[in-house]
Amino acid sequence: MNWRRLKDWLATKSMRLALAFVNSVVLVIVIGLYIKGKPILSQKSLTHLLFSSVWRPLKGEFGFYPFIIGTLEVTALAMLLAVPICLLSAIYLSEYAHWRVREILRPVIDLLAGIPSVIYGLWGVIVVVPFVQYLAQIAGHTTSGYSLLAGGIVLAIMVFPVIISVTTEILLTVPVEAREAALALGATKWETVKHVVLRSAMRGVLAAIVLGFARAFGETIAVLMVVGNVARVPHSIFDAAYPLPALIANNYGEMMSIPLYDSALMLSALMLLVVVAVFNLGAHFTLSRIERRSR
Amino acid sequence: MVRRRLEETIFKILMIISLTLVLTTLAAIVIVIVLKGYSALSLDMFIKTPKGGYYLGKEGGIANAIVGSLCLALGATILSTLLSLPIAFALQKEYTGKRLANLTRLSLDVLWGTPSIVYGAFGFVIMMYFGLRASMLGGIIALSFLMLPIMTRAMEEVIRMIPQELKETAYALGTTRIEVSLAVVLKQALPGIITGVMLAFGRGIGDAASILFTAGYTDYIPRSIFDPVASLPLAVFFQIGTPIPEVQQRAYASALILLIIVLLVSLITRLLNAKYSRHIVK
Repeated sequence: MNWRRLKDWLATKSMRLALAFVNSVVLVIVIGLYIKGKPILSQKSLTHLLFSSVWRPLKGEFGFYPFIIGTLEVTALAMLLAVPICLLSAIYLSEYAHWRVREILRPVIDLLAGIPSVIYGLWGVIVVVPFVQYLAQIAGHTTSGYSLLAGGIVLAIMVFPVIISVTTEILLTVPVEAREAALALGATKWETVKHVVLRSAMRGVLAAIVLGFARAFGETIAVLMVVGNVARVPHSIFDAAYPLPALIANNYGEMMSIPLYDSALMLSALMLLVVVAVFNLGAHFTLSRIERRSR
Repeated sequence: MVRRRLEETIFKILMIISLTLVLTTLAAIVIVIVLKGYSALSLDMFIKTPKGGYYLGKEGGIANAIVGSLCLALGATILSTLLSLPIAFALQKEYTGKRLANLTRLSLDVLWGTPSIVYGAFGFVIMMYFGLRASMLGGIIALSFLMLPIMTRAMEEVIRMIPQELKETAYALGTTRIEVSLAVVLKQALPGIITGVMLAFGRGIGDAASILFTAGYTDYIPRSIFDPVASLPLAVFFQIGTPIPEVQQRAYASALILLIIVLLVSLITRLLNAKYSRHIVK
């Protein structure tokens, strides 16, 4: 009996330890990055760092503005492309498609979510970049093709599976009775979707979009491969951009030899983490509330 | 009425166009990688390491990256399974109060969404602190951080689904919590746990940003966990970055190998899942 008690006690203690570990990891990451980022914060004000567009690490000038704008624009472009397509696809899957079609397509889409980002990036280099170059020629621009638009397209494709699978799931939680009530009142199927299904699933759909946004915001390799990486504020979608994750990934080699450089990069990692965490938490909070209500 | 019908038709057409677009792009990715990669694939790619002048188009293969990736992903999977299992079990209400459980879920949510480049950067900070250079160990640790939330969440989801009555039956027989966890919960949740482990493995083996700083890159097959190690995603990334067409060809081949591994893992997961689901009491 004592041996059994002891075993239970040991197991409980080690589980507590694991819980303590996972809860402290978040804190440790934030603190660690903050400590590394502090030297640059003590020399320049945060507003100066965020809004200066001069990036000359050798002269000690670290303006994050072009990178922040690059990140925001490439993500916004991706969402602009992805959201309507994903919503329409998800509505089709949950409302119109035969359940058999849905049950075949959902795992396929989930499978595609698992494709490594470097493969999306490679595909972007092979297909999207020449396509953008061709588009630009028609529009009368000259570009290498490595541009904001190429980054946006690749990112949009990467978030397709995320947004579609979460949205479909959310739409399916809307009770059938609600649809039947609307249909019984003489609404067409689309009107039912528009006024009943989408309205009651609004928060969840928003959360799905935010999840996609957070995924796109922190994506590194795929974007890095197609976006051009020029540290200037882009003027058109055919210009190259330089998002924050790409900045970190590209410069880790030389950051040790230049003063404050590593500090600047760790600060940008911290910014990424904080922004993504805020959006993710918002989305998860909304989704878990919906899940609880639908049970 | 005509207008309403028209609206319905227009949106239905838009939906079908959207879904077709999504499916064709995703299919196009697989097809392009398979076609491009297949024509560049050769036996040498699998069994040779890069020889002198490899990056100028001379002979060699990416055995170093294949072995490296498998080592990294396996090591990280083992490490994070060791952490995820106790966490997922501890989230049951026998072990942990509601508050701590919710806090942990919150932490896991934050970790789940954290960009892999942040894990890479953080791993690098830690390694500098301890004076370590890029090594397999560093890569494994960074990757296991990335895998931890993916695994734990998948495991916890199935553990939560186990009917309380089933556990209570076992408790009524006088068993301790850990005995119930191992004899009832583990058996019931096994398919889900395997799914979680495999899912994390597949995600880990394809991730590039977290191992970019931490694992380094080398032309040799690593001899110990303190050596730097090559990996498939980085092999793709570095080789497509060179201007030499032969080397770019090899990036396609590397990508195909990576894609096959990832899809295979996914397929095996499904098969195992079906196999082990038989033991579950519904």
